[in-house]
Amino acid sequence: MSVDDSSHFLASLRLRMPAPIRLRELIRTIRTARTQAEEREMIQKECAAIRSSFREEDNTYRCRNVAKLLYMHMLGYPAHFGQLECLKLIASQKFTDKRIGYLGAMLLLDERQDVHLLMTNCIKNDLNHSTQYVQGLALCTLGCMGSSEMCRDLAGEVEKLLKTSNSYLRKKAALCAVHVIRKVPELMEMFLPATKNLLSEKNHGVLHTSVVLLTEMCERSPDMLAHFRKLVPQLVRILKNLIMSGYSPEHDVSGISDPFLQVRILRLLRILGKSDDDSSEAMNDILAQVATNTETSKNVGNAILYETVLTIMDIKSESGLRVLAINILGRFLLNNDKNIRYVALTSLLKTVQTDHNAVQRHRSTIVDCLKDLDVSIKRRAMELSFALVNGNNIRGMMKELLYFLDSCDPEFKADCASGVFLAAEKYAPSKRWHIDTIMRVLTTAGSYVRDDSVPNLIQLITNSVEMHAYTVQRLYKALLDDISQQPLVQVASWCIGEYGDLLVSGQCEEEEPIQVTEDEVLDVLEGLLVSNLSTPVTRGYSLTAIMKLSTRFSSVNRIKKVVSIYGSSIDVELQQRAVEYNALFKKYDHMRPALLERMPIMEKSATNGPTEIVQTNGETEPSVVEPKHPPLVTQPANQANDLLVLLGGNDVPVIQTTMPTKPASAGGELLELLGDLSLSGGPAPAPAPSVPTSQPSFLLDGLSSQPLFNDIATAAIPPMTAYNKNGLKIDFTFERANPNPNIAVITIHASNSTEADMTDFVFQAAVPKTFQLQLLSPSSNVVPALNQGTVTQVIRVLNPQKQQLRMRIKLTYTLKGSPVQDLAEVNNFPPQSWQ
Amino acid sequence: MQFMLLFSRQGKLRLQKWYVPLSDKEKKKITRELVQTVLARKPKMCSFLEWRDLKIVYKRYASLYFCCAIEDQDNELITLEIIHRYVELLDKYFGSVCELDIIFNFEKAYFILDEFLLGGEAQETSKKNVLKAIEQADLLQEDAETPRSVLEEIGLT
Repeated sequence: MSVDDSSHFLASLRLRMPAPIRLRELIRTIRTARTQAEEREMIQKECAAIRSSFREEDNTYRCRNVAKLLYMHMLGYPAHFGQLECLKLIASQKFTDKRIGYLGAMLLLDERQDVHLLMTNCIKNDLNHSTQYVQGLALCTLGCMGSSEMCRDLAGEVEKLLKTSNSYLRKKAALCAVHVIRKVPELMEMFLPATKNLLSEKNHGVLHTSVVLLTEMCERSPDMLAHFRKLVPQLVRILKNLIMSGYSPEHDVSGISDPFLQVRILRLLRILGKSDDDSSEAMNDILAQVATNTETSKNVGNAILYETVLTIMDIKSESGLRVLAINILGRFLLNNDKNIRYVALTSLLKTVQTDHNAVQRHRSTIVDCLKDLDVSIKRRAMELSFALVNGNNIRGMMKELLYFLDSCDPEFKADCASGVFLAAEKYAPSKRWHIDTIMRVLTTAGSYVRDDSVPNLIQLITNSVEMHAYTVQRLYKALLDDISQQPLVQVASWCIGEYGDLLVSGQCEEEEPIQVTEDEVLDVLEGLLVSNLSTPVTRGYSLTAIMKLSTRFSSVNRIKKVVSIYGSSIDVELQQRAVEYNALFKKYDHMRPALLERMPIMEKSATNGPTEIVQTNGETEPSVVEPKHPPLVTQPANQANDLLVLLGGNDVPVIQTTMPTKPASAGGELLELLGDLSLSGGPAPAPAPSVPTSQPSFLLDGLSSQPLFNDIATAAIPPMTAYNKNGLKIDFTFERANPNPNIAVITIHASNSTEADMTDFVFQAAVPKTFQLQLLSPSSNVVPALNQGTVTQVIRVLNPQKQQLRMRIKLTYTLKGSPVQDLAEVNNFPPQSWQ
Repeated sequence: MQFMLLFSRQGKLRLQKWYVPLSDKEKKKITRELVQTVLARKPKMCSFLEWRDLKIVYKRYASLYFCCAIEDQDNELITLEIIHRYVELLDKYFGSVCELDIIFNFEKAYFILDEFLLGGEAQETSKKNVLKAIEQADLLQEDAETPRSVLEEIGLT
């Protein structure tokens, strides 16, 4: 066949096949489908048609077919066979083809597939096209989904367009440059020259995108930031013009001139003014002006105010301006628009640390937000409320927060309960109040309280000696009402076991003592054992409690009977306990009183969990590790073994270094407690402290060194230098902890006189057997060079036998890339620290 | 902005613009979950919510939800204005826009969005300029589609 003949033939073929249906036609057809199956059938049919059309390399209808494919893709159907077709469309000369082609590329192509690289050449050509709308398409596509390779290849073209006088292209090139920089940060330098006179443009589009570009560069490079600081006056001027200029219809939004640009400029100013006094001063006036003159009736005005407040808080603004900012937020809180309220709460949460007093003034409004209907607002208000609790407002705040706990959604209860406990611990005005608050939480949100708070509460109750009778009475009454909330039941069982004698003797001073017999108490405890509502852990608690009562009550026979029954319990844990208790009755009865005597006051154990320490106060979500804050160094358990090794000799250290979380069951801890009290020195549990390890549920535990100092009298114990070698100097300062004079509180101050920072700094200590040591979390694990700062850490040493204090310390850190380790003995403690 | 989704009250997607590279599978998953979350919100709730590690800003216009995912440093309130501006642009272009316009002319909705935002940021803050650009581009498209003769259509000349 000749060439003419073949084209004849093809043409006739084309005549015979109908033209592919139009896009809108397809959409209409698909929408008539009544079932998913019907739709799928239509789509499959059309896809088949499109596929054969693609195979024929039909230029005329390619555009239409790809458009249809994109529609079907949006409905969720696969469209990958259209990818190459998009590339062909982009390469076409027709504008329509290019438009659809580029759209298809953005929707279907993916930088993970090599296919996308085929676009690069087309984009390059189109960036230099004679029609600005084609150039625009290319810039848009590159700026939206350009991969790193593409960006590398085409950055030069983008840079060229950044310098053009055509503002339509210039603005697009600026944002494209932003994308290039995000993908390939090393290329940032090459755009620097082009930024020279970006801000002198009159065109708002170019101005806006230029500010975005400058922001991106400043955020990524401190050098760029320093370089662009000189633009502050110009930015201030532009902002001023926007505010002062009259009505400009082109950029007006509800009476405000170009709010988008205003917001972006404010954001750039924030970055430029941060930590720089001069820049901050240069912008003080304009910020005050914007803050006071912006219309607040519509969202757009508030958007600008919001950005202004963020900027004021972040730069080194004068205090008057800061107060103005907080007051704006306070006004936001009263706004009817809940979006505004939400934004206010978020911002206040950010500033509560630095401007605590100013935020306090709005406390009542914040507390009112607890009653808001919106979940996000409630959560923010809760977090903020906890951050604002202090010694002065604790009673009032707690009333509100407990009311909130009663009525809030289950998703809040755990966090709220934890927060209440923490706040109560820090600021409780009296022991009675503290116990009442705990009781309230346990009874209203008992099932949401975290399991590890049970040991904490038990310890708290133990330490409030004068409240024992009151506590056990209240807990007993609570049990009579409701035994479904496990943490409450566990604490109550424990207390009844300990203080049951006080309960039946009716010794309560704080309130009307109740009349209860031993049998009634045992009824309740046995009830817990058999109830379906009790978990195995709770059953363990109640069995132990019953056992303890054998030394406090006279109805020993009844207790013996109960204990022997459980000797054959299916639950292994219960069985073991019962068997052991039975043994106590039978073979070791002489030891029973001593073993089961009243618990001594427990020391608050090491607050561990440095990985969960978060900077902001009041964020009571301890189980979420904030990804943004790198975890401080944890000392894994095997380092405790290292110290064991290094101390050797006669000294068996009782170490309480910061240990990683171990999910100890409460029952297990009690067994340990019992085990430790064993006078025969029987199988002591593995280096377990004689106190329950508090689990790191409370974020602020690490910061609890603060409240400790509230009640520590600074005794006049002279400080000492414990270690001074290779540029690392460690000083010890002392305080005595009231009320327990046997506890010495040592603060170590580590300083570094070498030229380089010491990173990964870890301080460990061990003391002889008769002492107990607790190591709280360090302030940091980097000791800055040239004595620019110190790392502090608090050690508490319990020295009941008043022996001479000795300590072995181990230091590890990294200096100039190489790890350093050293051991030392500290013997030069001043006598006052241990006498 | 990381992405923008438009969807109906029945959860049907009408437009999706992604400014971050994600696989098709991931996009589908995100879309499904987010649509579910937003549709579950009660009318009195505020327009912002935290989802994964992003801030979501959404607003309902008639039967369509406009939903944007922004980063931590972005201003939520101005994002509401961005959404509103886009709706205004659509409205001007289509003349009292409704969901059907966006369904049947989805490619135009994309074109308009691409003249307003680029890489997730606003490229033009003047409504007039965006609409002018679209108008011109549309004209270019029409010019290119000059009527072809029947003979041209069948490839004989």
